[in-house]
Parts: sequence; structure tokens; C-alpha cells
Amino acid sequence: MLASSRLPLRALAVAIATVALNAVELPMRALQRLLGVPRIGWVFVTPNLVVLGLFTFLPIVIDFYYAFTGGVQLDLRARPFTGWENLQTLFECGSYLDPSTCRKDLFWRAVHNTAWFALLQVGLMVVLSLVTALVLNRKILGRGFFRGVFFYPVLLSPVVVALIWKWILQREGLLNAMLHSAGIAGPVWLNEPGWAFSWSVFVSIWAHMGFYTLILLAGLQAIPADLYEAAEMDSASPWRRFYRITLPLLMPNLLVVLVLAVIRAVQMFDEIFVLTGGGPGSATLFIVQFIYQTAFAESIRLYGLAAAASLVLATTLLALTVVQLRISRQGLSGKAGRDDG
Amino acid sequence: MASLELKRVVKRYATTTVIHGVDLTVRDGEFVVFVGPSGCGKSTLLRMISGLESVTEGDLWLDGRRVNDVSAAQRGLAMVFQSYALYPHMTVYQNMAFGLENIRTPRSQIDTKVNDAARLLRLEALLGRRPTQLSGGQRQRVAIGRAIVREPTIFLFDEPLSNLDAELRVQMRTEITALHQRLKTTMIYVTHDQVEAMTMADKIVVLNAGRVEQIGAPLDLYNAPRNKFVAGFIGSPRMNFLSVRVTGVGPDGVGVMTDANSPRAAATIPVRGESGLVGQAAVLGIRPEHIHLRRAEPDELALTVMIELLEQLGSTSFLYCVLPSGEKLTVQLAGQIDKEAGEQIEVCFATIDAHLFANTESEPAFERLKTPAVHVAA
Amino acid sequence: MVDLVRMLAGTRGHRRLDWTDWLSYAYLLLGLVLMFGPVLWLVLSSFKSAAALNEFPPRLLPYGQASVTVPGHPGPLPLFRVKLPDGSTRQLAELRRIGIQATMIDPERPEEEFKVNIRDRERVRAFHLALENYTEIFGKFAFGRFLWNSVFITVVATLITLLFNAMAAFALSKYRFEGQKWVFLLIISTLMIPPTIILVPNFLVVSKLSLLNSLWGVIWPAVATPTGVFLLRQYMLTIPDELIDAARMDHASEWRIFWRIVMPLSAPALAVLAIFSVIWRWNDFLWPLVVLSRTENFTLQLALNSFQGELTTQWNYLLAMTVLTLFPVTIVFAFLQRYITAGIASAGVK
Repeated sequence: MLASSRLPLRALAVAIATVALNAVELPMRALQRLLGVPRIGWVFVTPNLVVLGLFTFLPIVIDFYYAFTGGVQLDLRARPFTGWENLQTLFECGSYLDPSTCRKDLFWRAVHNTAWFALLQVGLMVVLSLVTALVLNRKILGRGFFRGVFFYPVLLSPVVVALIWKWILQREGLLNAMLHSAGIAGPVWLNEPGWAFSWSVFVSIWAHMGFYTLILLAGLQAIPADLYEAAEMDSASPWRRFYRITLPLLMPNLLVVLVLAVIRAVQMFDEIFVLTGGGPGSATLFIVQFIYQTAFAESIRLYGLAAAASLVLATTLLALTVVQLRISRQGLSGKAGRDDG
Repeated sequence: MASLELKRVVKRYATTTVIHGVDLTVRDGEFVVFVGPSGCGKSTLLRMISGLESVTEGDLWLDGRRVNDVSAAQRGLAMVFQSYALYPHMTVYQNMAFGLENIRTPRSQIDTKVNDAARLLRLEALLGRRPTQLSGGQRQRVAIGRAIVREPTIFLFDEPLSNLDAELRVQMRTEITALHQRLKTTMIYVTHDQVEAMTMADKIVVLNAGRVEQIGAPLDLYNAPRNKFVAGFIGSPRMNFLSVRVTGVGPDGVGVMTDANSPRAAATIPVRGESGLVGQAAVLGIRPEHIHLRRAEPDELALTVMIELLEQLGSTSFLYCVLPSGEKLTVQLAGQIDKEAGEQIEVCFATIDAHLFANTESEPAFERLKTPAVHVAA
Repeated sequence: MVDLVRMLAGTRGHRRLDWTDWLSYAYLLLGLVLMFGPVLWLVLSSFKSAAALNEFPPRLLPYGQASVTVPGHPGPLPLFRVKLPDGSTRQLAELRRIGIQATMIDPERPEEEFKVNIRDRERVRAFHLALENYTEIFGKFAFGRFLWNSVFITVVATLITLLFNAMAAFALSKYRFEGQKWVFLLIISTLMIPPTIILVPNFLVVSKLSLLNSLWGVIWPAVATPTGVFLLRQYMLTIPDELIDAARMDHASEWRIFWRIVMPLSAPALAVLAIFSVIWRWNDFLWPLVVLSRTENFTLQLALNSFQGELTTQWNYLLAMTVLTLFPVTIVFAFLQRYITAGIASAGVK
């Protein structure tokens, strides 16, 4: 049932694991005697908690430490305390709307790019996902097949996605070949700042819309069919049926999709990095790439600055997540209502 | 002019035929009930009238206009759905106003019509509520209100009471009937419950497997069922069916003999028969309420049966008996009786109350020679 | 006939195909072309030789130089269509070429030699799969090494994920201990801390644990997925407590109960998590990029990225590598497409 190409390896691993795990039983029995039954739960949770603690909670705390210290050392003890300096450097700008007036113009360019990207990509993608979900909701032959069609790119790795499109967008790639046969000379797409940005938006929509289409489709299917029949009997035109019945009842799902998509768009990195590398110049440089570059790719590693930028990103994400929770709670309560019957 | 006419209407899905040629005329102001077992096609027929399903063959006429190709939105009908289908995100007022908004009625008119309908159905206090905040009966009334507001030429009801509990069902039944008296609009009502059919209808259409078995007034269906299916469907508790053998055919009727070794197991049923029937098997139908325990009269059949189960409701008693041949017989008596399960008793019934059928369901019943005296309640 | 059309139309059975249906089909067909087309083009291109890839405009199918074996000559000889001085055109095989003059022979009559100017000849094409693209990457580019790294990380991380998440889910669903609610909230709250904002400190932690540049440095941070714990816990809640109590009465230790009863019963949920984990780990990019700096430890994704960054990208090999990288996920997709799309569709309702 699982990936058949790795089945023999998996079987071997499972066999080894079984033997090892049976051996674990002895110390577990001892712990059980020591702690008693309900508290043995702690032992079961511990491995997960340790990993989370080491690689999620501890890092969050250290992030703050990095943000408030300077120097180029990775080691915490070798870093001098600098207080707000990193954040001040980041936010030192003539005008926040013009990155070239900023001290860290690259950061602000990244912020602008990310903001525009999030706006465009999410806006277009949600509309496309909605249209696709509406089409898939009709009684069409081969519905299940088409659902899978749109979902396939979601499974591909971002690197593969980027390479697929990079290959098509080459100077002598498929796109230019098709244009050539129509008599148009296509540019080197990814070398033009405007086009590189547009293609970034396109490729990320291509790679992700299937996921949101499925969520919206589930929402559409939850609307009882006889509501539409009642609306037909109520002389409602197809447009009115969509506007007065489908849209209001789908709104909770739409809002959740919007927020999820924005949260993901703000963190976009993998496919863009491989597709354009942030260029040409810094035309497609987004925030996560800025963080990555500042901390790991420059010759001088400014960990503090990168951490400060991370915190800015974290705050944005936190705000968005709170919005999302607020929306989903409201969506639930709106439907339930008081029961005065 | 007839409000609705169906001429040889057929419904086919790919290769399955669901409705096999239905003819029906509904007059203005009639309350017609489509009744039949589940899967008989009554809901399909209703949906074809409403326009939600297409008509494969045949003609559908509304007020003299052929409407086969007219969309549901434009037929001027209103439907009350089994699940009510109220818009959950709109208030009761908005639910009722929606239809009028769609045909661009001026706001003041909408207001008047909605409030009038709300008053009629006692919904004024609920106009601001959402459907999820209403009880089942209240939702039912909102669904009806939504239909009333449209002022349709025909009301269509698709098993509206099946989601309500028994007590509410009785109450709503009378309300719908009262509504009909008041509005005098044609109503077509679908149900699987023959009690609803008998109590509410001016005219009943009995359907079975996509075919019309009989159309008639409730009492006509009760007294003169056209075939075994209708006889067994109408009337509660169900008519008893006994296997008999034809012993003779004469001017007085058909002589039959039940298989039981009973004192008076043979008699002549006053129905018309052919001479070729002698020796053939047939089915005798007798309603439980027509059987009694008094001494047998000359023109009555008498059978010895054993009581298997006795149900005494105080005002009525039900005896579930079994004949020596193993066939079951249900007897309904008024009042209480002093018998016990396991006892052997003699039951009788007048031959004029009996029906005679061939062994199949759809073959017509044997034609009556004499009309039975109507059992008038004293 | 009308009925057949109606059945194909699959509409509500009460109208013929109208313009909205045609539009829907057109849209879906466009979607099919746009979603699968680029991948198909990738696969087709990966079978073209480097020379064929240099052609512009490119042909749809992989073509290569046709060749023919002529008796008396070792190895196949390339085939050309030649315009002869007498005006006729013949297919000849080329023996050798010096400068602008080619010596060619008729494959049917190999004794007869022709001296042909290269201007007068044109290649004969035949369908030709450049399989060497796929075979050479293992030798030239150590593709096998990268494949092994990806497989190792994916399999090991998935196994550990399943074990750790199942244990935590078991504790959170079948036990009542103090502080349990806080543990659960803690785990769920990590959903709000995506890896992108803790890159630097994670780098420090991994470095201090001496896991930098090691495959384990990629595996360990990834195994405590909160989604996994949530998913498994939801499923385990539906396992009746009586089964566990009965096992306790049978003197089974808690570990035994977990391992022999709860895990097997949770197989469907474990399968779902395993599939998710496989896809996530196989496709991981940012974190491995940060942790792994030596080429021999690169995963497939990192290797692909590093090869395409070079100035002269050898696309024929890169394309083959890309196809191989997307192959496992495609297989998973093909078999389980129905379940994946149904599962996410129902989760979306929550």
C-alpha cells in the first residue's frame, strides 16, 4: 500500500524496529512499576516533547537572544549584547514605501516583494480555486479523476516544480518555441524583473491551487442540494443562486482558505529560490530568502540581523494566525445559534 | 378548466423506466394525494410537475398551457420539501421574501405578503429568527409560508410530515387541510401514509412501481378497490387475503370454498365470473372490521380460527388469528371481549362485504353484482 | 441515442447539455493540459540527447540520428538523405567525413562509394530514447549517492515520526494525567511556529549537537510533527477503552498494550501519516539546505538545485534527475489519489 519502490527496505527496517522495540519493554515495565499507570503517560509523551523542546521551543527563545546581540559568531557566548540595535537597523528608513531610502534596503525590498506577492498570488489563486471547485461540483463524468488532476502538482517537491517551469521558460524553451511558431519572439522570461515576478506568482499558483480547490469543494458539497431546488422553485436565476446561497454559505471556508494561503505566501521560499534565485537583481527576493541569505549565504554572517528579521516575520504570522482562529470560531458560532425552539 | 393534466407521461433514466405512462386530470381547487409504497415513483411524478425533473415522453399541461419545456422557475408553482430546505443563513422573513425578491416585487408588496402569510401561520413572533433556532413544526410552517407567499396556482407537498413526530403530524394534518379550505388553491400532496391520504384528499392517486393503480375519492377506494394491490394498500389494518377455490359460477355469483374445515366454509360471493374459472384458485379479500363473532347469518361465511395474539385497546380489540391451513386472519372488533390467546373461535362475515381477486396484484378485481350496503356509522 | 448523450452528459437528467456544461468540460480539459502538460514535457525532454535539446524549435518526441548496420563495417553508420549530382535523392550511410567532403556508401551495395559535399546531405531522424541520460548520472554525478541520502532521510524520519507521534498520541488519548491538557496545547501551539522563523537558532542547536552536515541533523528536527500527533490522537480516541482495560486485566504491560494492541488498530491513521511524512521529507528543501553543506550528503532536492545553478547547465542530465526525483511521489499519487483527495476534502469541512 505504501510507496512500493521502498518496500523491501521498509520491511527490513520494520523487522529491526520490532526486535528493538520488544527489547524496550523491559525498561518500560520498570518505569511502569515506578510511576504507576496514569503517569506512565509522561514517558510516552517525552520523546516528542524532547524533540519539540530542542528544535522548536528552545530555538524560539534563542531567536530573541540572537536578535538582541551583535557580532558574527554563531556561539552565543561570543556575541556582545546590543539591545535594540538590530531591529533599529532594520527599521531605519527614510520612507517605508521606498526601499531605496532604507539602510537595509534589501530587507525592505523583500518586504515589498513579499507583500505584493501575497496579495497577487493569494487573490488570483483563491478565485481560480473557487472557480475550479464550482466546476468540479457539477455532475460531470470523471469528477474524481479531475480532482486528482488539479491536486497532482501539490505533491511535487518545490524544486521539481521550479525546474519544470524553468525548463519551459528557457530562452529556447517550450513557451518561446510556441510563440515562435506564431511569429512572436519571446523574451528570456526569467531575466526580466517584471516577468520573473509574474512567473513566480504563476508557478506558485500552479503548484498550490489544487489543495485549496479541494477544501472549497468540500465546503460546496456540504451545502444541501435541496436548497438549490428550493431556490429554483423560488424563481432564482443561476447568478442569484450563486450570490445569495452559495457564496454566503461558503464564506467560512473561503475565509479560512484566504488566511491559510496568505500565511503560506508570506513564507514562500523553496520554489522561488530555485526558479529565480531571488533575481534578476532582487526582483523576486522574498523575506525568507532574505533571512536565509543574511544568515547563511553571505560571506559575513549576520545572525543577529537575520534573527531580527525572523522576529518581524514571526509577528506577522502570529497576527495572521490569530485572525484565522477568530474567523473559524466565528464561523462555528454563526451557524449554531441559540436554541430557543 | 383543469388546473393540471398529465397525458401518457413517461420518465426514463438511461435504460430504466420509472414512470410508465401516467394519465391524470386535476381540477381547480382539488386536493389530490399521490400515495404508494416507497419507490413507486410518487415523488418523481411530483418533481416532474414542479419542473425539477424533465418529462421523457408525454405531455404536461398547466392551466391549458403545455409546460414540458418551461423551467421550474417559471411554472408559477410552489413546493414544500420533505426536509423543508429552508435557507439556514437567512431569517424566517428573508426565507419567505426570497422568492418575491427574485421576481423583483416592490419592497412594500413583499412586506405585506410576508406579514399576511406569517399571520396566517402564526409565525409573526419568529420572523427575525434563523431556521436553526426553530422547532420542527415551526420550520414546517415557515416552509409552507414560503410557498403561500408566492401565490402559486398549485401547491406541491413532498412528504412534508414524515420528519415530524406522531402528535405533531396529526396537528399539522388538520392545519394543512384547514389551509386548503381557506385558500381554495389546488394542492398536490405526496405521502406513503395512507391515513394521511384518506383524511386529507378529495381525490387519491394510488401508485405502484411507476403505474397508476386507481384514482378516486377516498371512500370509493375503500369500498371498491380496483385490484388486490389497492385493496391491500388502502385501509388499516390491512385487508385479509384468503386462498379459496372456485366451486361454481352462476347468476348469483361465484361459489367459493376456503381450504379450512369450517362449518360454513363455502358460500357464493356476489361477483361476476366466467364458467372457465371452476376449479381455479382465487383470493378472497375481507377487511378485519367486517368480521364479527356473532352467530352466522344465512348469507355469511363462517370460519373456525385460533387466536394467536389479542390486543385490547379499550375501544377496539384486534384479534390476530390463524386458520387451520396456516393462513393468518386479522379481526377488528369494537369494545372489549372476554377471550384469550390460544382459544378457538368462530368468526363470520357477510359475503357482500367480501372481495374476490385473481392471484396477481394488478389483475382487476371481480366485478361486483350488488353494491354492498355502506356501513354507515350510527 | 438521445439517452446515450444524456447519460454521458451526466447532468441532472432534466436538460440536454447546455453551454455551461460545454464550458465546464473545456475548463477541465484546459486544466488537464496545464497541470499534466508541463510534467509530460519534462519527461519527454529528459529522453532527448544533449544535441536534440539544442534544437530550436524543439520537436515533440525525442529524435536522434538514425543509423544502419552495414555488413563489413563495425558499428552502426549514420544515415543521411543525399542529393546526388544526377538530381535523385537517396539514403546513404556515412563512412567518414573529412572537412566538407563525406565518403558515403549505399547500405544495400556497400562496395559503391560516393563522395558527397556536406551541404548536399541532411540527417535522417528516427525516434530515439537517449537512455544514457539516465544511466550516466549514476556514474558522472554520483546520483546514486543523493538517491540514497533522500531515501535514508525519508524512511528513517518517517519511522521515527510514526513511533514518537503514536506514543504521544497514545498518552494524550488513553491516559488522564496531570498537566495533560497543557502538554496537548503545547504540542498544538507549535503549529504557529513554522521552521522559517527559527532557522538561525535551530542551526545553533544542531551544530552544538554535532549533527551539522549529517543526515541526522535533517531527520531529528522533523520528527515531532504536531499534525501527526493530532491526527493519530483523533483516531485513537475512537478505539474503545474496554480493549485496553481487558488487556490490563490480562496482565499486559502498558508498553505491550501500546505496541501490540493500539498500534495495529491505528493502522489506517498510521498509513495516512506515513504517506504525509514520506511526501514531506522527500520534498524538504530549506532545512536540508541550511544543514547540509558537503555535496556528498546532499539530498536529491539539494543536488538538483546545485546542478541547475551552474553556468553551463547540462539540461539533459538535469532533466533525467528531475524525472527520477518526482517518480516516487507520482507512484504514490497514482495509487492513492482517490484516498488523498477524499481525506483532505473531508478534513476541509473541519
